[in-house]
Amino acid sequence: MTHADTDGPAEANPGSDDPGSALQPATAGSGFGRRRFLRVLGLGALSIVPLPVVSELIREGGVADVQAEPAHGQGAPARTRDGRVRQWTMIVDLRACDGCQSIGQPPRCTAACIEGHFAPEPMEWMQVFEADLPGGGTQFIPTPCQQCQNPPCVNVCPVGATFSTPEGTVLIDQERCIGCRICMAACPYDRRFFNWGNAPVPPEALLADYSPEHQVPAKKGTVMKCDFCPDMARTGTLPYCIQGCPQRAIYYGDLEEDIATNGREVVSASRLLSENGAYRLKEDLGTEPRVHYIPGHGEAAGRDAFSPGREPTVWPWIERAEGAVTWRR
Amino acid sequence: MAVDRTSRGGRDVAPLNDWQARLEETALTPVRQTGRRFWAVVAILLAIIGWGVYAYSVQLRDGLVVTGMRDRISWGLYIATFVFFIGISHAGTLISAILRVSHARWRRSALRMAEFVTVVALICGASFVIIDLGRPDRLLNVFIYGRWQSPIIWDVLAITTYLTASITYLFVPMIPDLGLFRDRLAGRSSRWRGWLYRTLAIGWNGNPAQWRSLASAIGVLMILIIPIAVSVHTVVSFIFAMTLRVPWDSALFGAFFVAGAIFSGIAILIIVMAILRRAYHLEEYATEKHFVYLGYLMAAFAAIMIYANISELLVHGYKLQEGVEFHFRQLFLAEFAPLFWFYLLGGLCAPIVIALVPATRNVRGIVAAAILVTLAMWIERYFIVVTGLRVPLMPYEPASYAPTWVEWSLLAAGLAAFALLIALFTKLFPMIAVWEVAESREAAVTDDGATRPIGEGPRLAEEASR
Repeated sequence: MTHADTDGPAEANPGSDDPGSALQPATAGSGFGRRRFLRVLGLGALSIVPLPVVSELIREGGVADVQAEPAHGQGAPARTRDGRVRQWTMIVDLRACDGCQSIGQPPRCTAACIEGHFAPEPMEWMQVFEADLPGGGTQFIPTPCQQCQNPPCVNVCPVGATFSTPEGTVLIDQERCIGCRICMAACPYDRRFFNWGNAPVPPEALLADYSPEHQVPAKKGTVMKCDFCPDMARTGTLPYCIQGCPQRAIYYGDLEEDIATNGREVVSASRLLSENGAYRLKEDLGTEPRVHYIPGHGEAAGRDAFSPGREPTVWPWIERAEGAVTWRR
Repeated sequence: MAVDRTSRGGRDVAPLNDWQARLEETALTPVRQTGRRFWAVVAILLAIIGWGVYAYSVQLRDGLVVTGMRDRISWGLYIATFVFFIGISHAGTLISAILRVSHARWRRSALRMAEFVTVVALICGASFVIIDLGRPDRLLNVFIYGRWQSPIIWDVLAITTYLTASITYLFVPMIPDLGLFRDRLAGRSSRWRGWLYRTLAIGWNGNPAQWRSLASAIGVLMILIIPIAVSVHTVVSFIFAMTLRVPWDSALFGAFFVAGAIFSGIAILIIVMAILRRAYHLEEYATEKHFVYLGYLMAAFAAIMIYANISELLVHGYKLQEGVEFHFRQLFLAEFAPLFWFYLLGGLCAPIVIALVPATRNVRGIVAAAILVTLAMWIERYFIVVTGLRVPLMPYEPASYAPTWVEWSLLAAGLAAFALLIALFTKLFPMIAVWEVAESREAAVTDDGATRPIGEGPRLAEEASR
């Protein structure tokens, strides 16, 4: 086969073992030889290889320490008296939730959350969905971030801007978030919100000391969500949504110490869950949420399952901050 | 003098024959003369890009609120266009690598253009991810804090690797032609051009040792680039498939995306070839045969796409798990139905018919099919993104999404940038792979299959052992 070759090299210098030297003088002017040529080829091929290690190199160079806690201002985890890290949980007793129909107001948990966090319109970190019941009628489902233990959003974040905490919650560092929104695509509960523009927030929010546990003020081009108020829980204060609930339908607690409270009574979290057939949303997805629901449709608050509708949420501030814009959900 | 130089720079010591001279002339013409029409096209493209820059500045100033995207449909036209561009970047890989590996001789005229398309499409595609970012100012966080666990990082790695590889793969087989340009244009073009070709030809003088190095380099690259290309579009699909969204929850997604990528890549290649053929009078080298063969290849991939669609739709549709019914209704019956049916019938079935019916099996018919496929595949990308996100996750009314003028402007700018970069490439670099075309002609002239063109498999071993 080689003998039949009509290709350039064979033809140009048949039988020569070192044809390069034979033709070398011809290009003496250019100063490039075969070695140089090979070297450039090799370098070209090699340049493919190092790209994936760039970030590793940067890390090795000490430019950034990715293992360090990503957030500034994140407090030390809360502990029980014997030193175990608390595992925050939320239990929503749907039997007591009437979507605030009885007081004729928009859901108070949502309103309290918005006011406490200066949440920009139209973000409802704690949102009350109205779902159809199998036999007809509806139920109200207050839905905060589910604080998954196998969080799809944390898994997909390219920069570690959203992360799980030792307390079992999921936070977002808006100072690292690049706004790629893959976490929003990944969240199966629709619990993530994007700052599409300069969010409308009251002027006092601009003075707040930002931390991932206290996402104020909102930062344009980043993702936000319910943070489970761990900073408040550590100081013995219940989250805004629980404080706001007129029916005391929401419990906040610690699975480690097996305790939960709705602000009126203190109960055993495990007993409350087990004895009332508690479930979690989309349990089959394997996300292991930390938010539990006790089935119901507001009957304990005197609600009839067939009286649908709740008042729409309002935001007390609309375009008060300079350059602010609102957007639809 | 000119003959002397050519014999040194080109690959033949044998005297130039007419055919070779004409080939080289054709390759050199776009570089030598630039007509008024070219500048008019460039001016129009620059105007579109300028408008896109303005639109992007508006987006930077006000945030992504100027787009139609919102929390529930949080990706839209930008990500669809990103997927589309990365898809058509597979043109180069398929045509050059796969056809090189499989010794398909007819590929050679299409080679260089396909490799142009690859590099340019990758650059355009990657920029759409950046356009989509809420905080482009923090782009470097990807390198500083990058997490291996994130599909986005897989994308970054795959795309940068593929870009480097395809630039190398564009460059290496071009070296002999750059040497030709260097020699033929010496003293006859502007100084920077002389410098450009001198530098890029990296001392090519066409001696056998260099040919051997070139052959082994191409041999390694053409094998290497296939897994890289396949992995690129697979991980692009993973940014969807790694989520818990019902319409994206498919193990088939990677293969589906790769097939779609090659499919749309062939279509774009046909269109680019047709335009360049018309503009630079390449009828002799990009013949009807080339178009028909590419049309066959496109039809084959249309068949693969039909198969993939059937498996995907049937497996999901048969069981109708939660959310699937909504998804199918919006695709087949409601909001997206007209365009989705166009995708199925016009984009997947029609190209097969066009390639098979003798009456339409010509340049015009194949180009028409390619345009259909390009439109359909863009629509498909758009639907994957938008319909996938539209399926409600919680009890709320389905969201709606319509791109705004900013998004359309940036799409137009992206396409214009694609066209502009290709146009500039044709003015700088040999768009016909001169030595490879010459080689296949020689091979055809010298007869049978006894001739093995350089750069192909078994010969490398023989070369090395000599």
